[in-house]
Amino acid sequence: MAPALPPTSSTVTLNINGEKHTLTVDHRTTLLDALRERLDLTGTKKGCDQGQCGACTVLLDGRRAVSCLQLAVAAEGREITTIEGVAEGDRLHPVQQAFLDLDGYQCGYCTPGQICSAVAVLEEHAAGWPSAVTGDVRPEAGPPPLTAEEIRERMSGNLCRCGAYVSIVEAVARAAADGEKHTEAAA
Amino acid sequence: MKEFGYQRVSDVAGAVAVLGADPTARFLGGGTNLVDLMKTGVERPGRLVDVRQLPLDQIEPTSDGGLRIGATVTNSDLAAHPEVRRRYPALAQAVLAGASGQLRNMATVGGNLLQRTRCGYFTDVTKACNKRAPGSGCPAVEGEHHNHAILGASEHCVAVHPSDMGVALAAFDAVVTYETADGPGELPLGWFYLPVGDTPHQETALPPGALITGVTLPPAPVAARSRYRKVRERASYAFAIGSVAAALDVRDGVVHDVRLALGAVASRPWRARAAERVLTGAPADGGTFAAAADAELTAARPLPRNGYKVTLMRNLVVAVLTELAEEATR
Repeated sequence: MAPALPPTSSTVTLNINGEKHTLTVDHRTTLLDALRERLDLTGTKKGCDQGQCGACTVLLDGRRAVSCLQLAVAAEGREITTIEGVAEGDRLHPVQQAFLDLDGYQCGYCTPGQICSAVAVLEEHAAGWPSAVTGDVRPEAGPPPLTAEEIRERMSGNLCRCGAYVSIVEAVARAAADGEKHTEAAA
Repeated sequence: MKEFGYQRVSDVAGAVAVLGADPTARFLGGGTNLVDLMKTGVERPGRLVDVRQLPLDQIEPTSDGGLRIGATVTNSDLAAHPEVRRRYPALAQAVLAGASGQLRNMATVGGNLLQRTRCGYFTDVTKACNKRAPGSGCPAVEGEHHNHAILGASEHCVAVHPSDMGVALAAFDAVVTYETADGPGELPLGWFYLPVGDTPHQETALPPGALITGVTLPPAPVAARSRYRKVRERASYAFAIGSVAAALDVRDGVVHDVRLALGAVASRPWRARAAERVLTGAPADGGTFAAAADAELTAARPLPRNGYKVTLMRNLVVAVLTELAEEATR
């Protein structure tokens, strides 16, 4: 006997930037389309829509992910942070401030994805994660310094068609250095 | 995209039962390949069974000194795990060489093994492809094939397997474990992917409806000195045109133990056993390394526009083994 046709939409509650949104989504809806078309959170950008450009990067449970390949229905129960949620009220996130101060963009379309990605890069580096350009990945080698080469590799999932990469790398390095200063001051 | 049902499962038996009852259903892990293929119509499941919340997200040492990696462990967690980095550094390097930080956070170990080829004919539903539409032909044999197979292919399909992780797993004799309605099973990675032959659409030896539950790495002291090197057409965030996972144990100038696998050269991660046979017990020098590479690559059957891969792989094997041998003498 053929199985009964399953429902093709579901009512889900998405936790976005600390707010709960309940909506009914066709299962085909990506998180990216739900954010932009249903919830008016248009800061997250659609670039390639196939996981190759990083413009749609958001944070899921604090980790960066491309929202174009994330089904909205499968994002229920996760803590979603978009570019609209990375600042603390009126105080910009250090990565946002560094992008502004150092012109880490030209047209700005890829910028929300770049910033969300960079926020996560700093966390990943602080957690001691190696990268593909880390010479020695063994834990005994310790975390690699966040050099320009490390930043370029870690940010390689975010394309910038304007080619603002030089300033983007500087901005990420500045934000990382500011974070370290902040940590030292607190210690 | 075709409409589909969606449900989450919280236990392995439940997951397997859903697929048993609905042959149109597919398991959803991170979705980084499946969702993309659904958008383009290559995959048209009637139902997605979301397995991300199954309790298969741990990496644990086994009693014999190996590691057991759960199927829903993300690529990121795999590459960051201290024991993976300590005991099998080439595996961590391979995972880090693949995709981007965003995709590695989403992608799972089980999904990585089951990802599909990126052959441009396979991913384009307007084109013929024996893998996607059996019997329709393989335009890549005469067409765009600069990144296609040089080993183990057939006239029916010349696509390569895109996984970096799988190359390291092949080198380290990983065993894939799975669950079916009839109980659990396991497949050594060397048997997991089927030969291409005239059935390129049949990619793995997994029974129908089986759920991959994890990968077991047997203990391999040689793997502590190992390396993954990937060549691609840009510096980062691209699939390999050739890659090597290698581990080498040199004692008194002689190869005591070695593991060698090649990526982006075949429909599956390619364990280079012919090369390993040449290497084992031979002097750890450039002459041996070149002879070993040649022994493996005599079986290469390049296409008109991917002959460069034979030279590339030869040089890559020699370079990686040379680096490992130099490290050993330090």
